[in-house]
Amino acid sequence: MSLLLLPLIIFFAGALLQMVFGRRVAVVRVAGPAITVAGALAGLIPVIRAFGGKSVTASLPWSMPFGSFSVEMDGLSALFALPILVICALAAVYGSEYLKSFEGKKNLAGFWFFFNVLAGSMLLVVTARNAILFLLAWEVMSLSSFFLVIFESEQEHARRAGWTYLVATHIGTAFLLVLFCMLGAQAGTLDFSGFSAAGMAPKFLSAAFLLAVIGFGTKAGFMPMHVWLPEAHPAAPSHVSAVMSGVMIKTGIYGLLRVLTHLGTPPAWWGWVLVAIGAASGILGIVFALSQHDIKRLLAYSSVENVGIITAGIGIGMLGMSYGNDAMMLLGFAGALLHVLNHSIFKSLLFLGAGSVLHAAATREIDRLGGLMKRTPFTGAAFLAGSVAICGLPPLNGFLGEFMIYLGSFKALTGSAAACPAAGVVVIAALALIGGLAAVCFTKAFGMIFLGEPRSDAAAHAHECGPAMRIPMLVLAALCVAVGLAGPFIPKLLIPAVQVLAGRQMTDGNFFAPTERLLTNISLFATGVLALSALLLVLRTRLLRNKPVSESVTWDCGYAAPTARMQYTASSYADPVVRLFKLFLQTRRKFVSPKGLFPEKSSFSSATPDFYRERMYRPAFNATEKFLTRFQWLQHGRLNLYILCIMVTLIVILVWKLR
Amino acid sequence: MNTLSILNLLAGLILAPLLPGIINRTKAVFAGRHGQPVLQTYFDIFKLLRKGAVYSRTTSWVFRLSPVIGLAAVIAAMTLLPALSAPAPVSFAGDLILFAYCFGLLRFFLVAAALDTGSAFEGMGASREVQFSALAEPALLLGLAALARATGSLSLTGIFSASAGPSAGPALALVSAALFIVFLAENARIPVDDPNTHLELTMIHEVMVLDYSGPDFAIILYTSSLKMWALGALLVNVLFSFLPLHGPAAVACVAGSMILLSVLVGIVESIMARLSLLKVPQLLAGAVAISVLALTLVLRFTS
Repeated sequence: MSLLLLPLIIFFAGALLQMVFGRRVAVVRVAGPAITVAGALAGLIPVIRAFGGKSVTASLPWSMPFGSFSVEMDGLSALFALPILVICALAAVYGSEYLKSFEGKKNLAGFWFFFNVLAGSMLLVVTARNAILFLLAWEVMSLSSFFLVIFESEQEHARRAGWTYLVATHIGTAFLLVLFCMLGAQAGTLDFSGFSAAGMAPKFLSAAFLLAVIGFGTKAGFMPMHVWLPEAHPAAPSHVSAVMSGVMIKTGIYGLLRVLTHLGTPPAWWGWVLVAIGAASGILGIVFALSQHDIKRLLAYSSVENVGIITAGIGIGMLGMSYGNDAMMLLGFAGALLHVLNHSIFKSLLFLGAGSVLHAAATREIDRLGGLMKRTPFTGAAFLAGSVAICGLPPLNGFLGEFMIYLGSFKALTGSAAACPAAGVVVIAALALIGGLAAVCFTKAFGMIFLGEPRSDAAAHAHECGPAMRIPMLVLAALCVAVGLAGPFIPKLLIPAVQVLAGRQMTDGNFFAPTERLLTNISLFATGVLALSALLLVLRTRLLRNKPVSESVTWDCGYAAPTARMQYTASSYADPVVRLFKLFLQTRRKFVSPKGLFPEKSSFSSATPDFYRERMYRPAFNATEKFLTRFQWLQHGRLNLYILCIMVTLIVILVWKLR
Repeated sequence: MNTLSILNLLAGLILAPLLPGIINRTKAVFAGRHGQPVLQTYFDIFKLLRKGAVYSRTTSWVFRLSPVIGLAAVIAAMTLLPALSAPAPVSFAGDLILFAYCFGLLRFFLVAAALDTGSAFEGMGASREVQFSALAEPALLLGLAALARATGSLSLTGIFSASAGPSAGPALALVSAALFIVFLAENARIPVDDPNTHLELTMIHEVMVLDYSGPDFAIILYTSSLKMWALGALLVNVLFSFLPLHGPAAVACVAGSMILLSVLVGIVESIMARLSLLKVPQLLAGAVAISVLALTLVLRFTS
């Protein structure tokens, strides 16, 4: 039995066995997460093999027409499989405690069934080498995550979110079906190894590229196909949001990259399309994020932003490829892939942190939280690490990926092989703006939730989570630091994948050595910053020794009775930026001003619904619904007439076929 | 790394607190006052270092850690700065991005510390700080991109030791203008922020550090001076990159120009009023536009 089949068997067979035999609460609590962790550990073996340069393959007999059960773990698959396995395992450990409050109320056996099926299907998606198998795994992944989203199906918002997700993901899959049928018809086989760009018309390739961008972009959350993301991610339990936002949307990126490897050298405009999508998703994603009041919605929009950064990096890489600028290609692709890894670390960390906040204070409204750093110190410290990392700031991991994409764009500007300076300018400007806005967004999220005074009773009586929830957060926070300092080792992970994307073996030492030196420099610099901080901290502590240190109230201009409600709120904190982007955000404000000499109640509220959902999808879907209601007379509920319809259809087909 | 680059770094670390003193003295001369001693910031720092501290009960360890991380970040940024042809202690391809992001780290922790006090004033200041710097960041990075394109180098040391050629002159002038606006905005000077204002509601930088005292406040003051030195030295490097200075003369030129720059800031503060807060984004958008124009010029007129 191949090494690669073992984790798949553990995930799928484990999920089934647990569903059949282990439905008792005490069994489910241990068995569910244990299956995920076992599957992840087994999956790491082929991943490590693939990083070593040896692809692991396996195939099974399968009687599906045009289908073949062939799976392969190469460099590109391994890079996506690694976060899938690690994050799923950590999220499962976290979930074992997070779900305790649902025990006896919810069918947890069902939950863990779908969770393990989701983990297995994601692994299958990134390793499948046949279109039928791929689409099957893709569909299983979408459906199992749909059932996880509607876990709290007694709440209307969860059902509605699940519905939006189900519709969006199937629209995306429809494009993929067409894409693979096209490629398959041309190649005469549905095995990926048979797909080749040789001898295909450029128009055909471009159509395939656009189908892939739309189909996979829906899953990845490219703007404007992102609308399901801010609905579905907040509705799911937090550790499921961590898996969905951290790794599942990356399968969209994986799919796009995998298809691109079969489409040959891209023309320049493909790269431009991705640069434009990346810049737009990045900037608008973070602007929408910072206008949100719900922490999980904020994080979901920030995933749109980070997918934008990744896409811009891929765009730079493709431009480098089409102009023959190797440095640009390498930095663009490697930066994008590294950001895939990094984003999966810090975004899952932040979602797990948000789950812990929800667990502690029973609200996701940022404006009702505050002061949690003293009440939940572990979660607070972990969330701080995640926030610094997601802003792309130096000593932590987020900086490395963004730095490589930046440098790829700078390479587009300078050097003899300057190919496409304008794209470089667009990406530099977009990344700079995104960096500044991400700082607004995450100082808001971290500062308003964890710092200051609690803004509600629930926040004041918050309590820290237990060890099973703490350890995954701690591991992820440690990874944020470790990856930031592990520069010299990172190229070893990225090189096999970049070689798959470039479509050729690049053993040339001159090619990779600069990247390795570069990342080593950054990591050394980061170590220096950390060491200097530690040194200064010791100095400061020594200075304060034997000195009077006292505590008092915050400076309040002499006002005698400050209350927590007088603090600045998250909404007012972000408001100047929200107003700056009002063209896109269209924030609705409702203000009842105090009237009269003895003012009575006044109120203020604001909401930023998704622009695209309101202006694009809702009208389109309403029109579709209106059209389809005309056919409602068919749906009369009489079974005998239904059966008659089926019979008539069958006879018509039979006659047509036998004509 | 050589003695010259160490000398350059030390000059910055030692002389930086001089800058606020010179600015204040210039303003005093304009107003017909005698003014505080030029060395006032040094006196303040040393006095504060000897004192104890008072912390707000609301604050957590984030408040105590932030000044230290901010200082480490800005010192790290200074190690990347050359003085004309004298190389920086640390330099590699892409260090200009790192330079810009070090200030991002400083800002993140300064803002977090301000929010940690739970004060509405400090929240307001933090909100303005992040808004303005989000707009200043593209101006800075696009300006640096123009320099990189003009000289074909991706490290600050490489950019300032290579000569850009006379065709890049107008572009360099435009980059200098954009960097001057970024310099004023990032260091909380008029026309963006007024360091002398006495009303908490109108402050930006000053209000964010309102609750600091003792050694922590000394670190904050020193950090602000260093930040002014670092961004000022970047500007001075761009302005004088055409001078064929080498060795200690280059270091002396940068240090001397920093003093002139402080006088210039003093003059700007004496003859200008502060902009309305709603107009500041327009000024910064103007800086971005200038940077883009500079970049267009170098893309068009240099090979």
